[in-house]
Amino acid sequence: MSLVTYRDALNQALREEMRRDPGVFLMGEEVGVYQGAYKVSRGLLEEFGPMRVVDTPITELGFAGIGVGAAMAGLRPVVEFMTWNFALLAIDQIVNSAAKMLYMSGGQLPIPIVFRGPGGAALQLGAQHSQCFDSYFANIPGLKVVAPATPADAKGLLKSAIRDANPVVFIEGEMLYNTKGEVPEGEHVVPIGVADVKREGTDVTLVAHSKMVGLALKAAEELAKDGVSAEVVDPRTIRPLDVATIAASVRKTNRCVVVEEGWPVAGIGAQVVDDIQREAFDWLDAPVLRVTGADVPMPYNKHLEKLAKPDVPKIVAAVNRVLYRA
Amino acid sequence: MPPSGTRTVSTPPTAPAVDPATLRRLLRDMLLLRRFEEKTGEAYALGKIGGFCHLYIGQEAVAVGAMAALRPDDTVMATYREHGQALARGMTARAVMAELFGKAAGCSGGKGGSMHLFDASLNFLGGHAIVGGHIPLATGAAFAIKYRGGDQVSLVFFGEAAVNNGAFHESLNMAAVWKLPCIYVCENNRYGMGTALERASALYDVVQRACSYDIPAEVVDGMDVLAVRDAVHRAALRGRERKTATLLEVRTYRFMGHSMSDPIHGHYRTRDEVEEQKTRDPIQAFAAKLRADGLLDDEAWQAMEAEVADEVADAYRFADETPDPDPSALTTDVYREI
Repeated sequence: MSLVTYRDALNQALREEMRRDPGVFLMGEEVGVYQGAYKVSRGLLEEFGPMRVVDTPITELGFAGIGVGAAMAGLRPVVEFMTWNFALLAIDQIVNSAAKMLYMSGGQLPIPIVFRGPGGAALQLGAQHSQCFDSYFANIPGLKVVAPATPADAKGLLKSAIRDANPVVFIEGEMLYNTKGEVPEGEHVVPIGVADVKREGTDVTLVAHSKMVGLALKAAEELAKDGVSAEVVDPRTIRPLDVATIAASVRKTNRCVVVEEGWPVAGIGAQVVDDIQREAFDWLDAPVLRVTGADVPMPYNKHLEKLAKPDVPKIVAAVNRVLYRA
Repeated sequence: MPPSGTRTVSTPPTAPAVDPATLRRLLRDMLLLRRFEEKTGEAYALGKIGGFCHLYIGQEAVAVGAMAALRPDDTVMATYREHGQALARGMTARAVMAELFGKAAGCSGGKGGSMHLFDASLNFLGGHAIVGGHIPLATGAAFAIKYRGGDQVSLVFFGEAAVNNGAFHESLNMAAVWKLPCIYVCENNRYGMGTALERASALYDVVQRACSYDIPAEVVDGMDVLAVRDAVHRAALRGRERKTATLLEVRTYRFMGHSMSDPIHGHYRTRDEVEEQKTRDPIQAFAAKLRADGLLDDEAWQAMEAEVADEVADAYRFADETPDPDPSALTTDVYREI
């Protein structure tokens, strides 16, 4: 094991997969000469050259579609969006081209492509640069949606995503790039669709992904001081969702709070709650509660912004309610 | 004529074959597309074909001419008005008609329909139904050709209404910057659905769009199958030898409505205009040329008509009789196993 940042873990995954398969290439804005807007692609241009580390114009629709077309022709593109905010310009290519090609061609044309980049709220970037689109893409059959919380998961899941024969939406945490964690040495691959219990507990299940895992773990520490044992389940993959692991945890703890940074309406948590009520209804001792981003565009003012985002006190308060302690 | 600043190529570097058998084959292919689409219209009226259905009648010289200039290892993408391109690329009338009927034996297993015809074995990479959305895909196929160091080309058909779309401009820009062997074939049939080019576009000559990207461009008579073939041939040579993209504005006309739900002339064009355009029928014109050159007589023409009629009737019968997809097909092909 060695301690590496989330950013460098992603860099390792890209480098290793590009060495492993000559059909893998990276394209996006500033991925080459600039070394990546968030430095995820640092050093790749020097090792692999400009045909495999492709700087694009600022034309998300166009280069996302070029990526899909290259995948139709058998390459394995990794398309970087500087942030997922800009990927909305390319959503036609992700949804109408990448996700549906295999089906509407009657199984003839798989699209092995990864769309990746940072998502979620950062700090005071305002309404157009601070948002979660996890649930947008999770709604689409044909896509897989991955949102890792730790450096080890980031590396292992990106390697799986690149090897996958299907389009994978890979949403990195913009605020996680500098976080450090243990990453296993050598080949480290994490399967898509398998949740990870980040902390074991007995009294309540916290379901959280991406940046929310860190908040959930901090909330669990706070709750432990108060004699509450919280289990933190990180789905890691939003689609396909590992319902079995979540339901097993809820059957053990009988209570659940789902945490997500995105908006509440038709959010990831809504899906998780639906799964829980079907798979663990008889085990529940309280309604499942959700902690989400506020149902507003992200404000710039830092006090308002704090109100708009999930935080540890909000998670602790929700846990107290499902424990009927509030 | 294109303005100065657009590098056009007016004389073919090398001419494609003009032997009688090849020429007669071009005529036969166009005739097959025409008769196939007429039968498709009948089948639609009978409820055998559902959804949207966009006929290609009037534009046959474009698909047939373009395909005649390509190699089997080149890739082709098209719009939702692509029955003609699919047939011209070599898909069987049975496979296309069965797909229109939604049958399992259709080229896309009955899951694609009229707007999503695919045959990967022919490098026919779809029928796509978001206007302009497939232009980046074809550019990506051209990127893959260059990535692998091949000498193939990627050819994409789209209508003149798509050139106002961002996907078109983004694609041509990157194809020019990266020197990709892509042939952009704009089938200018004058109307995007019911909106005349002049009501939607600041520039009336699509070919001028190439100026922005400094790529070669030509205006081509889309009612002349040989003109289309020769222009695509020149574009393919530029793509293969110099990795240069080309924009072709192929001027053609749609004799039918936009789709089966649109009358032939509608509110947006006059009956007189349609009738006048029909005097430029690409099949009649080419047949007349072959007759004048002594390459076609009544007997040969009638034999050709009979052969094509049999092929279309066989396709219809096959499509009607062959089974629907099994219900289990609903959930297959959503994901590919790794």
